[in-house]
Amino acid sequence: MELQYWIWIAVGLSFTLYITIAIITRASSTGEFYIAGKGVPPIANGMATAADWMSAASFISMAGIISFNGYDGSVYLMGWTGGYVLLALLLAPYLRKFGKFTVPDFIGDRYYSNVARGVAVFCALIVSFTYIAGQMRGVGVVFSRYLEVDITTGVLIGMLIVLFYAVLGGMKGITYTQVAQYCVLIFAFMLPAIFISLMVTGNVIPQIGFGSAGSDGVYLLDKLDGLHRELGFHEYTSGKKSTLDVFFITAALMVGTAGLPHVIVRFFTVKKVSDARKSAGWALLFIAILYTTAPAVAVFSRTNLIETVSNKAHASLPQWFEKWEATGLISYEDKNQDGLVQYVADPQINELKVDADIMVLANPEIADLPNWIIAIMAAGALAAALSTAAGLLLVISSSVSHDLIKKMIKPDVSEKEELIAARLSAVGAVMLAAYFGINPPGFVAATVALAFGLAAASFFPAIVMGIFSKKMNKEGAVAGMVVGILLMLFYMTKFKFGWFGGGSEKDWWFGISPEGFGSFAMLVNFVVSITISKFTPAPDSDIQKLVENIRKPDDD
Amino acid sequence: MNRVNNYWKTNLKYLVILLIIWFTVSFGFGILLADSLNKIQMGGFKLGFWFAQQGAIYVFVILIFVYIYLMNRLDQKFKNQK
Repeated sequence: MELQYWIWIAVGLSFTLYITIAIITRASSTGEFYIAGKGVPPIANGMATAADWMSAASFISMAGIISFNGYDGSVYLMGWTGGYVLLALLLAPYLRKFGKFTVPDFIGDRYYSNVARGVAVFCALIVSFTYIAGQMRGVGVVFSRYLEVDITTGVLIGMLIVLFYAVLGGMKGITYTQVAQYCVLIFAFMLPAIFISLMVTGNVIPQIGFGSAGSDGVYLLDKLDGLHRELGFHEYTSGKKSTLDVFFITAALMVGTAGLPHVIVRFFTVKKVSDARKSAGWALLFIAILYTTAPAVAVFSRTNLIETVSNKAHASLPQWFEKWEATGLISYEDKNQDGLVQYVADPQINELKVDADIMVLANPEIADLPNWIIAIMAAGALAAALSTAAGLLLVISSSVSHDLIKKMIKPDVSEKEELIAARLSAVGAVMLAAYFGINPPGFVAATVALAFGLAAASFFPAIVMGIFSKKMNKEGAVAGMVVGILLMLFYMTKFKFGWFGGGSEKDWWFGISPEGFGSFAMLVNFVVSITISKFTPAPDSDIQKLVENIRKPDDD
Repeated sequence: MNRVNNYWKTNLKYLVILLIIWFTVSFGFGILLADSLNKIQMGGFKLGFWFAQQGAIYVFVILIFVYIYLMNRLDQKFKNQK
């Protein structure tokens, strides 16, 4: 059967499934809308968290990025998994014990001030908006690639679907659609990976496969290092980033993960404190399945690419090359007119440009897999993008309806009105996100990675000190958050958009890139908070009791 | 009050130990010591590279499940003391 039909069937079926789930599980109260009525079982919550967490970028781009950066790609692998250890050990159980609806709820109550709450809402909105704009764009790109519609139509279709199930279902609906989306996306990612591992190394398990030898008896990684040296690239298994920068970027991604509101809020949805810990364990296990496979896919496809194209006649290349050339993701320019493909590090001689996304997208064709598998990958990529967008949407809508309207502007709002406000703000947020998805401002791509820096610089210290220090007060926490997020915004706009005089790599402070600067801004946040709290009055005994209470286990 | 204090202190002790392991496998083996560990070969993997792209992630998963086990045990003990 034609590929296009398979894709419409796979996407159509998966969307029907999501919408059916949303109708069955629709939310009828604010508790269900914000936190699924605190009734989600830990394994389901683990899957939902994993789907929420893994975006279109994890699904499509990450393996490709690792493929082109080798060891340096490790920052994403460790950074986007290690944060769950921090979540499980330092945040999730205590925030669940606290038992309210949102992250600004905790900051506002723990630091007994609406100023702190307001700052937290501001940070949550900035972080979530930078992130969701990239997701809507991702939805558009996936649609346009697989369904052959233009990106604008793609964004609009994606917007309608998300709107439907997020507005109707709230957190409860989102949670169970995310469980389904996780199953679709992990199946879609693993199937081609397993086939390719079998093809290249004869091993079914990709994680072991990429450490074994190919048919010629040479270890795959040794061969790849050799190919890289020959062509002038840096060695695959060692990086070219400085050790300090790798350290700071990894830390920023880990701490940022633990500080992202749409991830934290997932742990509010379980029944009890011990379930919050269990969910974090399941979530990381489900994420690790994809994250340990991605570096294997990266090695397989990198080796495959070099061996297929390097110094081969352009006319003799396999069919997939031509197909992806048509999309513009691969481009070839015969600079020396010899008809061969020179793929080398030196930009003067290099004749081949390859987009990182191709490493995952072209996999099924490289491995010669049937059309229905490509269709499932399309459904998987859409599942990844939609699930993340929906989770972010909910954070934005609850920040507006709960934190701003209910807690700050109009405390006497009725439950019914608040639920309407929550739904309306979800509609508003999705329209704004769709607008940015269709007209992406130049900064979207740059800021998605930086959302982690912003979360690390603002939320993480305030929440951790709110739990582990009884003496931390509102003056310290507010000053820390404000200084942290402003410093991060300053550094990011200076070096990414050229504001405040701009600057190049050699002007970086201590050689830390903007991606890694979140760790530095986080340290500044800690120092500012602690210093200021020493010179200002300690919190009341009520607050200290609250802290004691969240440290105790359930029902005590 | 003593009972609550003990519970919290034991929890903190678990946290410190587990976070030291967390730091060692990722920032230690995977980053700071990666170059030296890369001289050791494990099958087709250089060890530092393996920790950075595989090993650290496996250890992360194990750490969380160990913490779940330890805390469930501690919660039970805490309940029995009542």
